Amino acid sequence: MNGADAIVKCLEEENVKVVYGYPGVAICPFYNSILDSDIRSILIRTEQNAAHAASGMARVTGEVGVCAVTSGPGATNLITGIATAFADSIPLVCITGQVNSELIGSDVFQEADITGATESFVKYSYLIKDVKEIPRVFKEAFHIARTGRKGPVLIDVPIDIQNREIRGFEYPESVKLRTYKPTVKGNTLQIKKVVKELEKATRPLICVGGGVILSDAAKELREFVEEYQIPVVSTMMGISTLPSEHPLYYGMVGNNGAPCANRAMKEADLIMMIGARVADRAVNQPDTITNGKVLVHIDVDPAEIGKNAGPTIPIVGDAKSIFEDFLEYEVDGIYDDWIRTLNEYRTSMQIVRTPNKDFVDPAEFIRELSAQMEDDAVYVADVGQNQIWSCKYHVVKQGRFLTSGGMGTMGYSIPAAMGAKVGCPNRQVVAVCGDGSFQMSMMELATMRQHDIPVKIIVLKNNYLGMVRQYQHFTYKDNYSVVDLSGSPDLEHIAKAYDMKFIRIENMDDYKAGIKKFLKNDEAYLMECLIDPMDLV
Amino acid sequence: MNRIFSVLVENRSGVLCKVAGLFSRRCFNIDSLAVGETDDAQVSCMTIVSSGTKQTLEQIEKQLNKKLDVIKIKTFESHQAVSRELMLVKVKYNKSNRRDIMETCEVMKAEIVDMSKNMMMIQICDTPEKIKLMLSMLAQVSIVEVARTGTLALSKCMEAE
Repeated sequence: MNGADAIVKCLEEENVKVVYGYPGVAICPFYNSILDSDIRSILIRTEQNAAHAASGMARVTGEVGVCAVTSGPGATNLITGIATAFADSIPLVCITGQVNSELIGSDVFQEADITGATESFVKYSYLIKDVKEIPRVFKEAFHIARTGRKGPVLIDVPIDIQNREIRGFEYPESVKLRTYKPTVKGNTLQIKKVVKELEKATRPLICVGGGVILSDAAKELREFVEEYQIPVVSTMMGISTLPSEHPLYYGMVGNNGAPCANRAMKEADLIMMIGARVADRAVNQPDTITNGKVLVHIDVDPAEIGKNAGPTIPIVGDAKSIFEDFLEYEVDGIYDDWIRTLNEYRTSMQIVRTPNKDFVDPAEFIRELSAQMEDDAVYVADVGQNQIWSCKYHVVKQGRFLTSGGMGTMGYSIPAAMGAKVGCPNRQVVAVCGDGSFQMSMMELATMRQHDIPVKIIVLKNNYLGMVRQYQHFTYKDNYSVVDLSGSPDLEHIAKAYDMKFIRIENMDDYKAGIKKFLKNDEAYLMECLIDPMDLV
Repeated sequence: MNRIFSVLVENRSGVLCKVAGLFSRRCFNIDSLAVGETDDAQVSCMTIVSSGTKQTLEQIEKQLNKKLDVIKIKTFESHQAVSRELMLVKVKYNKSNRRDIMETCEVMKAEIVDMSKNMMMIQICDTPEKIKLMLSMLAQVSIVEVARTGTLALSKCMEAE
């Protein structure tokens, strides 16, 4: 058994089913060993997408996503994917090949200091210098990635270590990390304090972030808010914690959020932020939301608490465990008037659009798409105007909504949707992107064909980098700079080239039938929707 | 606001870089940094003096705690700790100022540890304030080179009890 065999054995011990990656000489021993395993290798077409695909898979399965790439450019190409996962706290283990350990530091062919380069956006990283470390390092890496505040862990393995003989392989049963013991259980006194404050409050509001989904606390949270009738809003990463049409859900907050959700944030007298960073896009001036309010901040990462807004009651711990504890208490509070007020806001503060009839109206289109999608479908939004429209108009039933919220990485949707489909082959997976983001990842259509991953892709085509165009419209008075996407390929030809089905929707005449056809069978499909280039989110 | 962070870390390669990188990435100040092994060869102690608002100093501690190579952090204000710094200074001297320099050294409890015809090397080990004072005293003579350890600090024995 050599180091590479040991790595594969570690992955098997961790119950890894799929590895996304791209081989090169420095990771070849690993790719040679994986042939003898049942682990499925998926060859993506550029390394960044290996991390995105692993991220999509991790998010729908709750398991750690794994990717493996070669040294040098392979590793540096992976960086954006790692940073994207880090920003959204997605658990990944990223394996990179490295040059011979004796040559490290001498700038040989395809050498890059990847542990150094990724230091500020990995949860932890390892450079393996002794083959005997492999079992311990992998055990630790998976543990670190999936516990506490989840995140990517990088393991850099020099090629000579992969080839070196390892004797007496034994996968450790537990980890011994004296410096890492994340808090799971919330402090009981603090929880009691929150219950008391909830009883005093007349306008309480719960704002859920991605952390609630990551800790699998949606069920407990839902039980709690339904029991005491507490209204809920979410950040972008918190979308799909509750179904969009749940009576207690009032939409996404933030500068692109639902007006009634933002109004609720403003008027609440108690806000419970759960698993949310209180970052600028969600809360415009974080330090002012605390004015005259009780702010309860629940997060598994103590550094998030008090970073952007000073809480009245901080609780460090896992959201699931904390809500299980909350359910033990009786909250003596009646918020009927508050709910009534919010319901009025929800009806009166609807967004009114004046769509151009010559094009597809993205709002109406996405609403209809949601209605026709299966109940547990996975909707993956890319970044740009398509993302904001998706956040605003996608109606989540029992499914999931995935997007790159923290980093806002264009090109995320197609690889992430592929990963989601591989992770949950029985669920319908739809990626929605713009013509800019599509072209950042369209090489992955080949991966979909090669590995038979039937993802449905919708391109909202407006021939512009729409979000930036919109910004230039408002900020630079229509002085457009480098946002025109002329020269883009004919998507029908692209679909044909990749042997995919294709449909184009030009306006609102027959979009319903088009969506029906598009969603009908579990097969890869490319849909192009023509959007008014001047449309705004 | 000043604060001393006494950070126990795993004595592994790359840890200093990770800790220093954290400060630069989040725009935290490092006023001084001193690193050395402790009585346990697997553990190093980093003494970091930083300044900033109360909230920043709190973030520094929390962010340091997130680093998996950090074992323990003790923070204290300067009055809660005994702080020392070692400085070596090489100065040029001549007949007319030799006596003055030696007198300054005597008053400041500094030692002359090396000498040549034109230069002498002075060693002083004292509080950061005294080191600063010594430097300003020596500013009148021609300083050739200075090397400082940065502040080392341990909390006072009474505080630790």
